Amino acid sequence: MYEDGQVRPPYARLEHWTRAMPAELRHLKQAEAEALFRRIGITFAVYGEGGDPDRLIPFDMFPRVFTQAEWLRLERGIKQRARALNAFLVDVYGRGEIVRAGRIPAHLVYRNAAYEKAVVGFVPPRGVYSHIVGVDLVRTGPDQFYVLEDNCRTPSGVSYMLENREIMMRMFPALFRENPILPVDRYPELLRRTLASVAPAKCDRDPTVAILTPGHYNSAYYEHSFLADMMGVELVEGQDLFVEGEFVWMRTTEGPRKVDVIYRRIDDAFLDPLCFRPDSALGVPGLMDVYRSGGVTIASAPGAGVADDKAIYTYVPEMVRFYLGEAPILENVPTWQCARADELKHVLENLHELVVKEVHGSGGYGMLVGPCSTKAQIAAFRAKIEANPGNYIAQPTLALSTCPTFVEEGIAPRHVDLRPYCLMGERVELVPGGLTRVALTEGSLVVNSSQGGGVKDTWVLAE
Amino acid sequence: MLSRTADNLYWIARYIERAETMARLLQVGERISLVPHVGGGGFRNEWDSLLQASGTADGFARKYGEAVQRNIESYVFFDHDNPSSIASCVAQARENARIVRTALTAQVWDALNTAFQELRQLERTERSELDILALAEWTTNKTAMIKGAIDTTLLRNDGWDFLHLGYNLERADNTARLMDVKYYVLLPQLDLVGTGYDNYQWITLLRALSVLRAFRWAYGGEVTARKIADFLILNGQCPRSLITCACSMVTHLDRLAEGYARPTGAQALARRIHADLAGMTPDTIFDEGLHEFLGRFVRDVAALARLVHEDYLSGDVR
Repeated sequence: MYEDGQVRPPYARLEHWTRAMPAELRHLKQAEAEALFRRIGITFAVYGEGGDPDRLIPFDMFPRVFTQAEWLRLERGIKQRARALNAFLVDVYGRGEIVRAGRIPAHLVYRNAAYEKAVVGFVPPRGVYSHIVGVDLVRTGPDQFYVLEDNCRTPSGVSYMLENREIMMRMFPALFRENPILPVDRYPELLRRTLASVAPAKCDRDPTVAILTPGHYNSAYYEHSFLADMMGVELVEGQDLFVEGEFVWMRTTEGPRKVDVIYRRIDDAFLDPLCFRPDSALGVPGLMDVYRSGGVTIASAPGAGVADDKAIYTYVPEMVRFYLGEAPILENVPTWQCARADELKHVLENLHELVVKEVHGSGGYGMLVGPCSTKAQIAAFRAKIEANPGNYIAQPTLALSTCPTFVEEGIAPRHVDLRPYCLMGERVELVPGGLTRVALTEGSLVVNSSQGGGVKDTWVLAE
Repeated sequence: MLSRTADNLYWIARYIERAETMARLLQVGERISLVPHVGGGGFRNEWDSLLQASGTADGFARKYGEAVQRNIESYVFFDHDNPSSIASCVAQARENARIVRTALTAQVWDALNTAFQELRQLERTERSELDILALAEWTTNKTAMIKGAIDTTLLRNDGWDFLHLGYNLERADNTARLMDVKYYVLLPQLDLVGTGYDNYQWITLLRALSVLRAFRWAYGGEVTARKIADFLILNGQCPRSLITCACSMVTHLDRLAEGYARPTGAQALARRIHADLAGMTPDTIFDEGLHEFLGRFVRDVAALARLVHEDYLSGDVR
């Protein structure tokens, strides 16, 4: 928010807003916001840990602000990245040109656990594997953004982007009159259009889209039902679907109804017990056969995960150059592969100032943040790396940007990241905004909700 | 709509209706305990028959043994071991609603979710601070809010029909069972008009169905067993009478059959049940035997519930 001791222009009006808000009012508003979240049912469910199963993700009322110029550059970079990642997926399940050209080591692709042999040679409609690409970004300077990771499977959190905005508009309407904030509420319509645009060739009418959820015990169930509702499509579980003939059908009160596009929120391994895990009760037996014969589209396509693997991440700028012939607009965080002997040596010598992550990990678990760890923790982690170097990558601890955040004493800077959601179908689209996650603990760099992170509304201001 | 969605809607309505019936039973039970009893048994007998009417007598006896009023109140309102307790019904209805959020309006969800959140508050409150009549009233207020939200905001589509099927099936079953528990006081040969006890029992029955005032307006004069049977079984003006419920089930099954362009066995059975009732008089019912008639009706309703499941909710529809 501040630059050279001055309030940066996009935050100017907000500074006045916070100064004019006494602590009592702030507490009142915070309670009101929480009551709204609970009343609408925007919770993530945690079963099996005891206590209240309906948890709230902490919501910070102080918005994060981008100018339109800042956003336009981000938007170009994100779309570029989404196109390159999809080109990569089509390539590696086809001729594998990028591997043949020696730009990416073959074993990283073909030996990757997320590489799905069951779809080799199959090109999904419009050549799109990942229809919703969530790109996690951090800012380290006025014009410096780094991509932390890509999410090509089923990035979650978009319902928070939409609901955070709704709640801010409801609680602080004056802010929206005073600031030219670009709306994000087109997202569900764009998502529906994107999904309909990738209907399989065999679909000869207005495509039927459905969201496949693991069920109401899933922690992201609210988001699944929210998106189904906003798009006006059915929310199905595996038990609601069956395969007959060349198609997938829903069980309805009027008899079977054909489904053309499935936006699945379950992992590849659970999609089809006949093709993947035989013990999966979440999936649909025979689904993959229908998929491969062009009877249904699955979004994201099975196998899309190979593009967002942390070992592949290093090569995304290379993909941009290779497939698009463009210079990458967004940079990667410099990354050391512990699988390489020379890089491993550097990592082990500098553990106290690096962030080390598991290659296949997610959710902020199984990582080491060197500067925030004790000697004992570092030693323990060193042993884990030495036991299996290929399982780890390391990155420098970035001087992450902070955003003003309401804390007990008033306002304080807290580290934030940003996840915009890029849609790819017939067109590549992005609404002006995303999910800002904030590390609520002072000094913390970990923004995951499972580790004490919260969320904020994200504004893009029109000129 | 998805069969699973229809199934959830149908059960939301059944749970809400059941919660309402339980709240009424609590109100009546509380009232009985305030009146010096005439005849044998006193409030214990009354509570027992109320537990029987709700089909929870066995579960209660296993858990608590003797019918102590405070235990009964806890069992009927709070106990999650009792699948028909108000707490169980509200929690189940809300969980079902969470599963089918997309088939409900924001107002309906809000009404269900608010009831659930307030229930959680009540569960955290000291029992000694809670008045059972206030709890019963809280319940009927919440169920009225939910029904009101359904009636004023929901699309008149097939989901609306499944909700109303659930309401009316549950209500028909509840009314019939409640009468059956008390059938002996309605037998004509025990028609001892003017003796305080029987008169009191009849009035209790009408109160349990919240139709005492309605009854007085509709019939006036002396309260007799024949009038009560007529009112609760055959009078289309009574909101909880068997024929009102049957009529509504026919309406909604007809709408579904028309909307889906497919007649079903459930529709045929509902029509048969309704036609049977329409052809009856209090005399034919008492000739058959009230207990026998009610037993037959409850079985018919159970058969109808099975057909609704097979024809619409099971997911095996072809």
